[in-house]
Amino acid sequence: MTKRTKLLISRATLYSVLVIIAIVVLLFADWATLQRSFANVDVAADMLPEVITIAAKNTLLYTLLAFSLGLVMALILALMKMSPIRPYKWIATAYIELFRGLPALVTLIFVAFALPIAFDGFEVPGGTLGKGAVGLGIVAAAYMAETIRAGIQAVPRGQMEAARSLGMSPGQAMSRIILPQAFRIIIPPLTNELVLLIKDTSLFFVLGTTPVSKELTKFGRDLMNQKFNGTPLTVIAIVYLAITLPLTQLVAVLERKAAKAR
Amino acid sequence: MNSNVPPIKIVGLHKSFGNLEVLKGIDFEVATGEVVCVIGPSGSGKSTILRCVNLLEVPTAGKIFVEGIDITDFETDVDAVRTRIGMVFQRFNLFPHLTVLGNLTIAQKRVLKRSDDEANDVANKMLERVGLTDKADEFPIRLSGGQQQRVAIARSLCMNPNLMLFDEPTSALDPELVGEVLDVMRGLASEGMTMMVVTHEMGFARQVADRVAFIDGGVIVEDGPPAQVIESPQHERTRKFLEAVQHY
Repeated sequence: MTKRTKLLISRATLYSVLVIIAIVVLLFADWATLQRSFANVDVAADMLPEVITIAAKNTLLYTLLAFSLGLVMALILALMKMSPIRPYKWIATAYIELFRGLPALVTLIFVAFALPIAFDGFEVPGGTLGKGAVGLGIVAAAYMAETIRAGIQAVPRGQMEAARSLGMSPGQAMSRIILPQAFRIIIPPLTNELVLLIKDTSLFFVLGTTPVSKELTKFGRDLMNQKFNGTPLTVIAIVYLAITLPLTQLVAVLERKAAKAR
Repeated sequence: MNSNVPPIKIVGLHKSFGNLEVLKGIDFEVATGEVVCVIGPSGSGKSTILRCVNLLEVPTAGKIFVEGIDITDFETDVDAVRTRIGMVFQRFNLFPHLTVLGNLTIAQKRVLKRSDDEANDVANKMLERVGLTDKADEFPIRLSGGQQQRVAIARSLCMNPNLMLFDEPTSALDPELVGEVLDVMRGLASEGMTMMVVTHEMGFARQVADRVAFIDGGVIVEDGPPAQVIESPQHERTRKFLEAVQHY
């Protein structure tokens, strides 16, 4: 057998496997039941407008607040990690390792339920929004701190030297010269973190929810149980993708742009 | 400023990086309006001296006086001293996220607290001086190396420095771009700017410098007018270096 025939045979085999699988699925899938259980138009129509006005809105709100909190804490942690003062470095390292190593769910439960027990009656204010955003923000900060530190260290040393030699203070040089450049470098990875956070807000169910504080997953799951039908999951999946796909595409565009500018 | 106080006075400067002693006792002075070229093989410590003068490197021992102020004294406001010293780097170090005008105005506004209008006026004057008025709104990445280095010089001049340090300002440039940068430096020298220039451009040193210092192995081997140091060096090491540099 020549090399060419071998190649042709292997190609043909791969294509035929695909075709066979497709035929089996088409023949044996129960399309009517699938349609009724997962793409029921009546059930889907019933979800409007609440799936957008309550669930999607809450998901975005929780994400944005958690992300903002996380970003501020991450910046502080990144600066601490680069601090010449050893204890600051240790604290930042311990924080990062701790919260990257724990499931986000554990941190959420800790913030929402362990804190009130430990500090007699102390509660993070703001209900589901406050507790959840603080909990997820704590987790997100641990991940983003390392990203920000890497971004700051990716800015050439000469930039700090040029800024200082013009008489700028260390703080001015950091905020006016280094950080703006670092953030350009880290926007793609930070956007990825944002996408992860959007999905992690589904953990907010542990906090207990009211009809107006449900995010997408809790909203879909409750309806699924109520209507005994899988369609709500299909609908929220579509909504999730409508939020996350543009973001991941944006990351791809930004990364291409960054690669070009280099 | 009292013209009797030397802009730069270095006394017994030592600098080590870990176990490596790069500067082994430098005593050196630059007088007002003087242009001093520092030459020497790579690794001789010539850039380190320059970087010590505005404390980008902290001396291990010795004292450095800038206009009479001891910058190695912990209590000295180094940022204030630095605004009076212009520094030009081998790799330009322009701020890539700012336009040319932004590069020229940011320190004026943040450090000297000049108003937007005032800072822009000064910036435009300095751009004119280096012949780049039409590039004010460009980002550095759009400029050639020579243009970037001229912007870097203009950026330093915007702070009205009393002296300028140049750390191999033409070493990162394509050969055909070296001339435009040296021309700007020549203009500065003729206006009486005090300059300390680490360079490999022997032609520039010969024509423009008042003094040339040859450094090797962390000490000043030879220091004198260019006619003496470059044309008839007294030391064997200087002779060998100049032969190697001028050979091709």
